[in-house]
Amino acid sequence: MTDASLAPAKPRQGLRALELDLRLLGMIGAFVLIAVAFHLASDGRFITPRNLFNLTIQTASVAIMATGMVFVIVTRHIDLSVGSVLATCSAVMAMTQTLVVPDWLGLGLGHPATAWIAIAAGIATGALIGAFHGWLIGYLTIPAFIVTLGGLLIWRNVAWYLTDGQTIGPLDETFQLFGGINGTLGETGSWVLGGLAALAVVWALWSARRGKMAHDFPVKPLWAEIAVGAAAIGAILGFVALLNAYTIPSRVLARRFEARGEVMPEGLVQGYGVPISVVLLIAVAIVMTVIARRTRFGRYIFATGGNPDAAELSGIDTRWLTVKIFALLGVLCAISAIVASARLTNHSNDIGVLDELRVIAAAVIGGTALKGGVGTIYGAIIGALIMQSLQSGMAMVGVDAPLQNIVVGGVLVLAVWIDIVYRKRAGA
Amino acid sequence: MVDRTGTPLVELRDISIAFGGVQAVDGVSLDLWPGEVVGLLGHNGAGKSTLIKILSGAYRMDSGEIRIDGQPADIRSPADARRHNIETIYQTLALADNLDAPANLFLGRELTTPLGFLDDARMEAETRRIMARLNPNFRKIKDPVSALSGGQRQSVAIARAVYFNARILIMDEPTAALGVHETKMVADLIQELKAQGLGIFLISHDTREMMALCDRVSVMKNGQLVGTERVEDVTEDDILSMIILGKNPKAAA
Repeated sequence: MTDASLAPAKPRQGLRALELDLRLLGMIGAFVLIAVAFHLASDGRFITPRNLFNLTIQTASVAIMATGMVFVIVTRHIDLSVGSVLATCSAVMAMTQTLVVPDWLGLGLGHPATAWIAIAAGIATGALIGAFHGWLIGYLTIPAFIVTLGGLLIWRNVAWYLTDGQTIGPLDETFQLFGGINGTLGETGSWVLGGLAALAVVWALWSARRGKMAHDFPVKPLWAEIAVGAAAIGAILGFVALLNAYTIPSRVLARRFEARGEVMPEGLVQGYGVPISVVLLIAVAIVMTVIARRTRFGRYIFATGGNPDAAELSGIDTRWLTVKIFALLGVLCAISAIVASARLTNHSNDIGVLDELRVIAAAVIGGTALKGGVGTIYGAIIGALIMQSLQSGMAMVGVDAPLQNIVVGGVLVLAVWIDIVYRKRAGA
Repeated sequence: MVDRTGTPLVELRDISIAFGGVQAVDGVSLDLWPGEVVGLLGHNGAGKSTLIKILSGAYRMDSGEIRIDGQPADIRSPADARRHNIETIYQTLALADNLDAPANLFLGRELTTPLGFLDDARMEAETRRIMARLNPNFRKIKDPVSALSGGQRQSVAIARAVYFNARILIMDEPTAALGVHETKMVADLIQELKAQGLGIFLISHDTREMMALCDRVSVMKNGQLVGTERVEDVTEDDILSMIILGKNPKAAA
């Protein structure tokens, strides 16, 4: 830096040196509060490895789509069609597995490539539908609300038409691995994943610090970096330990050994570990966060949301950007369709019904502003988790179904109000 | 003094554009030499901003020709304009409010790492470097620009033009949203950029300010050019009558 440059800000002292994200802490706090409340109300059944394992696999499908919804809402659009697009992708994948691959391609049932061909077909379907929506919105300037409201009806019934309204199943066994309980990493695999994630945290913190120091920017005191890193690593390893603590019932385990022609050792206990659907969600979350923060595409999404005219005058092709954003959400709908149909082990005609509302609610509870320009990926995922905990917690406690939905609706409105108050206080 | 003997930096020839039935700009020709400030005056709706948006790529003209350094230039988008080193500072302060100053300064032209990811640290360092020169009081580098004052925001917009080595600068009412002190800052900056050999088109309603800042002023009315005069040849009253009556008193005389 030259002498003329600005004096760097003073390093912050004490707790402020941690530079904690208050909003993230608030959302985690809300989740913990909900969990503890249901734990007490359900005589200790909520915070158990089994329930939390189920919570994560139930959250995955909505959370994956919610990360894409963040980009759509940030650019001042909306997508009401995600549940229906999910259904169409699911229908395409189910038909690929049960009709196209075995009969049309003549590979028969249970071919090892079946699942991958189906997934490729599903993702291509999602991308095409999304890109088509984006084209109608970006180039023909039809409001996103109308395009996707039409899409809500159209794709729901395209799915119906493709399958004649029948439930299609059972799905391919490899495909079912993405559903949750039928596909987990096991204890060792989960610890390896946790270890890699911990290393990634260390590397990310270290490289961010090095980047700042290279330009003489102020950095947090070392103890603060270590504290933040330790908390993150603790959370990761705790999460792995929790999912490993949910043990596979011994009868199921014995059957697995039988299938391999082996005999299960007496008294063997094995945990499920991290479900593959959750690994998928984590991968999506990382990729989407990198897109949002570290790429031009992400920067243009937020710039367009903040001031569409400024973005256009800066040479950003906002129409093409719209196509890309909706295509990305379409792909995420397809990934969610994999998780959702694999979890049910079949494609049913009502798959993904009302998911659009859950996805939008997750993004909004997670702090995505409908006026555009503001939103985070982690927020949307925690938003999805909060919604799902409310829903499962109430079911567990025995709240009547209509009351459950009334509460969820109320929480959505309340969350947005709290967010507005928070923003006013924070002056942002 | 401005040397007007060589090739003009910018030549606008017979530019026309219509919106619906309204002829917003009607056969206007203007030129601009290096180191010159040309002011555009006229009522609201006279076509000043529209004309300038054609040069900055925001609108496409129906007919006419733009030449840069004597070469025909095909400007169809803001990106095309930037390729010709044309930078625009808009009266509406065209910044993305939710992003910080470095993100706005580099919007559309981000610095990236070898892997193609945004290099935020380097963009921040470059922003600090240029702001130290333009506006040493500027401190809120990492805050969203919505937290900045009008003058600070305008200095971000000007920094954008300076950083990318603009040769042609378009300023559409750059001081409209500013206080007295900040207006002075922008005026000083215009003088500095002019001394560096930039050509500047300046739009304003403030006739006195224009007389002080510009070398020549062009007056428009109802989409047509009333006249272009060197400021030393006319009085403020002459200009006012051109704006109001749409007649050039010198031409009539």
